[in-house]
Amino acid sequence: MAHLAVNDVRAKYGALEVLKGISFSIEKGEIAALVGPSGSGKSTVLRALMGLTPVTGGHVALAGDQLDYSNAKSVRAARDRMAIVFQQYNLFQNMTVMQNLTLAPLKIKRWPRAEVESEARRLLGLVGLGDKADAYSDQLSGGQQQRVALARALALKPQILLLDEVTSALDPELVNEVLDAVGKLAAEGMTMIIVSHEMAFVREVADKVIFMDGGQIVESGEPAALFDSPRTDRARDFFSKILRH
Amino acid sequence: MERMIEQIPRFFSAQNLTLLLEAAGLTLAMTLVGCLIGFGLAFVLVFLRQTPGLWALPLRWICIAYVEVFRRIPFIVVIYLVLFFIQAVTPDASLFTIAVIAICLYAVAYTADIIRGGIESVPRTQVEAAEAMNLSRLQTQLKIVLPQAWPVIVPPAIAFAVSFIKDTALVSQVGVFELTFRGKELNNQGYSGILVFGTIALCYFLLSFPLSLLGQYLEKRLGTPRGQRRARKIWRT
Amino acid sequence: MNYRFQFGVVWDNLDELFAGALLTFQLGVFAFAGGALIGLVCASLKTYGPWPVRLLVNAYVVFITNTPALIQIYFLYFGLPEVGVRWSNEACLLIGLTLNAGAYLTLILRAGFLSVRVTEIEAGQTLGMSLVQQIRYIIVPHIAKSIYPALANFFIVVLVMGTSVGALIGVDELTGQAINLSSVNYRWLEYFTVVAGMYVVLTFIASIGLALLGRWAFRVKAKIF
Repeated sequence: MAHLAVNDVRAKYGALEVLKGISFSIEKGEIAALVGPSGSGKSTVLRALMGLTPVTGGHVALAGDQLDYSNAKSVRAARDRMAIVFQQYNLFQNMTVMQNLTLAPLKIKRWPRAEVESEARRLLGLVGLGDKADAYSDQLSGGQQQRVALARALALKPQILLLDEVTSALDPELVNEVLDAVGKLAAEGMTMIIVSHEMAFVREVADKVIFMDGGQIVESGEPAALFDSPRTDRARDFFSKILRH
Repeated sequence: MERMIEQIPRFFSAQNLTLLLEAAGLTLAMTLVGCLIGFGLAFVLVFLRQTPGLWALPLRWICIAYVEVFRRIPFIVVIYLVLFFIQAVTPDASLFTIAVIAICLYAVAYTADIIRGGIESVPRTQVEAAEAMNLSRLQTQLKIVLPQAWPVIVPPAIAFAVSFIKDTALVSQVGVFELTFRGKELNNQGYSGILVFGTIALCYFLLSFPLSLLGQYLEKRLGTPRGQRRARKIWRT
Repeated sequence: MNYRFQFGVVWDNLDELFAGALLTFQLGVFAFAGGALIGLVCASLKTYGPWPVRLLVNAYVVFITNTPALIQIYFLYFGLPEVGVRWSNEACLLIGLTLNAGAYLTLILRAGFLSVRVTEIEAGQTLGMSLVQQIRYIIVPHIAKSIYPALANFFIVVLVMGTSVGALIGVDELTGQAINLSSVNYRWLEYFTVVAGMYVVLTFIASIGLALLGRWAFRVKAKIF
């Protein structure tokens, strides 16, 4: 059975249907990459899974349990099992790195403090920021902030991690440090869905690539197969533009 | 004119000066208490105004209407309404209480907009990140939004309170023994109007000017990213 | 609470309240216009004048903005007769309000003056505009656009907070009429409730008028609410 099964999920912004029935699945430990032109709805898939954009139809199952997006309480239950990292990092500006990492585990999960803090230190070490626990986010570079955001998401021990264009806001020379950190997680066996424009990186780490356009999945498959010999015109058109250089 | 000059020594007697000092204290106390309570209630108003959901629509409208209406009614009319309303409910309420209630009602309307502006200055993405981590609405406000918003809120809120010191002069009309009331009293005792109201104006100036400088200083300090970072750190969680 | 509202008497005297509202509106407009004139002169002097003049303007602004309008008006009303100057209640109110508004408008207009960017003037010069043309096509539109919302907001302040002070020196504007009428039959709550409503309506009309004016004359999107 698939770890995450998304079946015919729909979402609306006002009257505009931005997801027109999305279906895909991922096995445990797999990495799926959502790619496609901007406005195709890739980020909305992640936002819908987190309940940040209201889901108007379809089913989602995580580790065999149906997720329910119909009311606030069940959305909280769904969020409790996942974590998301945003394009703009969204670290809490008023808190230190350590406080950012421990806030939700302490206040929401109510795990014991000693355990939470030692786990936070381990995660900061993992993303290469062991010495920045007491820094504030505006004292860090964009790449460092994004790595903290990654650690903050991991501190929640999610069953699946969603990465929303985590390198798009970064200066080119900072992209690799974040990608390296994501690569480490992949090696640890973290199940992830990533939205990314870094095609070389996607090709390297993803087990499955899902090409979206206009709020629908156009084509999906293994990275090499999809990138090198897409079956649909739209995918061929998109990849020829993106992969040319 | 000669009358005024001749009155000066008598006017600045120890008794009159104590009277004015007490009156200035009352003016300040009234403003401070009214604005502080009003400021607190304004937070509640803003929070209620942000209640999501269709069922809360009337609640949101009431909050918006409150702010809009009170900003369009003269303070003196509010004072009279509070005076006669409170007296109809509890005839033995003190005039000071009535004055504070009127100031408070007014301060809620003005500071609510200041607070809303401060809260809206915090990027929406911060709230979203908190939401994704399952923080409740109250936790998000207290731990994430307000610590970041308060450097933006405090300077204009202080500016409002300082500027309201002057508006409390109207409270003299209901008989609170504050500065303006004492001024009229002294004028009725036969002291020169130029002398009395010149002095009263000076008293208000001495209250208002230093505090407005303090407000400007805070605005400058908190207006820079560096200042805001420091300010946020003060609000440790 | 066992108070029984009786609005009947208020409706009987509605015409007098309307007369008060009209006076409130007139006072507001004249005080604002006079204040704007003072503000324009003082803001120019504060920006371009020699230092003794700047000092004088600063003193005027700082003293007026740090003392209550009521005390300034009391000073004119109770103080000036002692030196032989006797003005009517209305004149004391109007002159006091104008001087008061002048100080605040100096600050608003000065902020507008400071907001003009040198690069825009330079752009005008490179287009070969004369000084008058620069003022007409660049400086005035820019200032108008940047300060119109503040001006519109301040007009409402003068109209509401400013004119109502007149009630305390016996001017029969809207609040004054409410005091006069309600002290006859003690229907205070009713009169003041109705008058509060009339202020809300009056200022809404003013706000909508100002928003339309701003859109038409300066292409400013001034918010009504």
